[in-house]
Amino acid sequence: MVLDAFRKQKNVAAPLELENRDIPDGIWSKCGHCGEILLNKDLIRNYKVCQCGFHFRLTAPERIQMTLDSGSFREIDAGLLPVNPFALSDYAGKLVEARNKSGLNEAVIYGEGTIDKIPVVVVVMDTNFMMASMGTVAGEKITRAMELATAECKPLIIFAASGGARMQEGILSLMQLAKTVEALARLNEAGQLYITVITDPTTGGVSASFAALGDIILAEPDSMIGFTGPRVIEQTIRQKLPEGFQRAEFFKQHGFIDKIVPRPQMKETLAKLLALHLQGEK
Amino acid sequence: MAAILEFERPIQELENKINELRKFSSEKGIDLSNEIAILEKRAGEVRKSIYGNLNSWQHVLIARHPQRPNTYDYINFIFDDFIELHGDRYFGDDPAVVGGVGWFNGRPVTVIGQLKGKDTNENLARNFGMAHPEGYRKAVRLMKQAEKFNRPVICFIDTPGAYPGIGAEERGQFEAIARSMSVMSTLKVPIVTIVIGEGFSGGALGIGVGDRILMQEHAIYSVITPEGYASILWKDSSRARDAAEAIRIIARDILELGVADKIIAEPLGGAHQDPEAAAAMLGKALTETLDELLKLKLEDLTSQRYEKFRSIGNLK
Repeated sequence: MVLDAFRKQKNVAAPLELENRDIPDGIWSKCGHCGEILLNKDLIRNYKVCQCGFHFRLTAPERIQMTLDSGSFREIDAGLLPVNPFALSDYAGKLVEARNKSGLNEAVIYGEGTIDKIPVVVVVMDTNFMMASMGTVAGEKITRAMELATAECKPLIIFAASGGARMQEGILSLMQLAKTVEALARLNEAGQLYITVITDPTTGGVSASFAALGDIILAEPDSMIGFTGPRVIEQTIRQKLPEGFQRAEFFKQHGFIDKIVPRPQMKETLAKLLALHLQGEK
Repeated sequence: MAAILEFERPIQELENKINELRKFSSEKGIDLSNEIAILEKRAGEVRKSIYGNLNSWQHVLIARHPQRPNTYDYINFIFDDFIELHGDRYFGDDPAVVGGVGWFNGRPVTVIGQLKGKDTNENLARNFGMAHPEGYRKAVRLMKQAEKFNRPVICFIDTPGAYPGIGAEERGQFEAIARSMSVMSTLKVPIVTIVIGEGFSGGALGIGVGDRILMQEHAIYSVITPEGYASILWKDSSRARDAAEAIRIIARDILELGVADKIIAEPLGGAHQDPEAAAAMLGKALTETLDELLKLKLEDLTSQRYEKFRSIGNLK
């Protein structure tokens, strides 16, 4: 399948005119890299990639739509709600806000579907929900996805994105790192394929647990990845970080990422990799 | 003499008075033993009352006390013929993580621990106990070695977090931590992890995936330091005390939350008041825990390790 490359839109409104105005939701988006104002319907058609190559962050439903065969996705545990183990009122407020903003119950969705007719278990993290931080329920859903892939002998694909562990859940959120890593070990022992797709940004505990442990690690161009976020590093060492530091290309160069895949080629690349790992004949 | 923490002042004042009376009594040849006994009794009560009612922040201060025994101290006290083994075989040797082999109760064991210093120079040399990727890769190497020779692994956790620097990121801090946890999750020998001071973030957990998690009475364990929590969530790092209360980081809480398995008592006022006694208490707890684990069949050991983490924050 040949996917459409981005076709430059001729009649985009002049960026200067709109620059200092609020961009109405749902019609236009401004490129975070080149500043170009883009029509959302064109942007969606082009996988939310600007002609300059900038990859807009996706919502989880958009990711599913762009990656899985149409209509194949069946979400599991959609109704699981986050917990507030220490009954923090500011956290309770943030959760409500996040739910309203993202339309999701948690930062993680998972389920079953197909890619080029190959059945997979897929996990998608959505940064619109509290920067896709990993709390108890996010960790639980990821673990269940791993256990499902193990039980049903299906490959697992995780689109990682996260600001890290969800601090408001304290030690319980930290322990989700261990929990997911343990579950992955079982998937690994079962000989199942696990592909990680690093998307922008993947940092903190999520980078330092399941996201780093794919049999194959793909990344979207220019995604930020790393254990410690750039601001904390700059504060610690008191110097500016070099351009491109902690980007996917940087980590590919340093040997931590297998391949950088622009979004329009993502489904095709995943399909090829899945086919190469099918048990038995093609 | 251990440095005095702010909340310990009342104890200190009483002790000063007792010392003055003693000095006065011996210089002047006046018998003040009654007065001294009264004050000593009072000091004992104040000690019990202060140390028995510590708030979370006071635990933090004890956990970070500059004279608190560190990994080396416990190694020296409770393991015989310890031989430190260096290097990750890829890049270098991380001074913030020590590891090696020694005897414990007549059995060879592998010991790995984060190491904080006790003064500025030591801390600079040890990076304040903040590991680079090489530290986790050294840990992995020593754990695989322990597995080969079928000896238990004992990990001491004592770190504010993994080192946040350019080299650490460049050499894959995230991968090093993830890999270490992954290796621990399937290691075919018992692993006991003991939080002896502060355990924060994936930097701590990077050597923390064990069959049992023990915490010393004044140790603290969480996802991020109280300072980090306050600074990121409240944009105000001076509210670290509030953060320490809010997210429950002290040993008692971590036990209640089902993460820690056992609390190891410390000498009154903290391990630094009597390091040798603290080490004896730790050694006893370690003996009991290891005895339990060594009785298990391998498949029970690894399945229990799985269940331990699987059930944390379990949803009904």
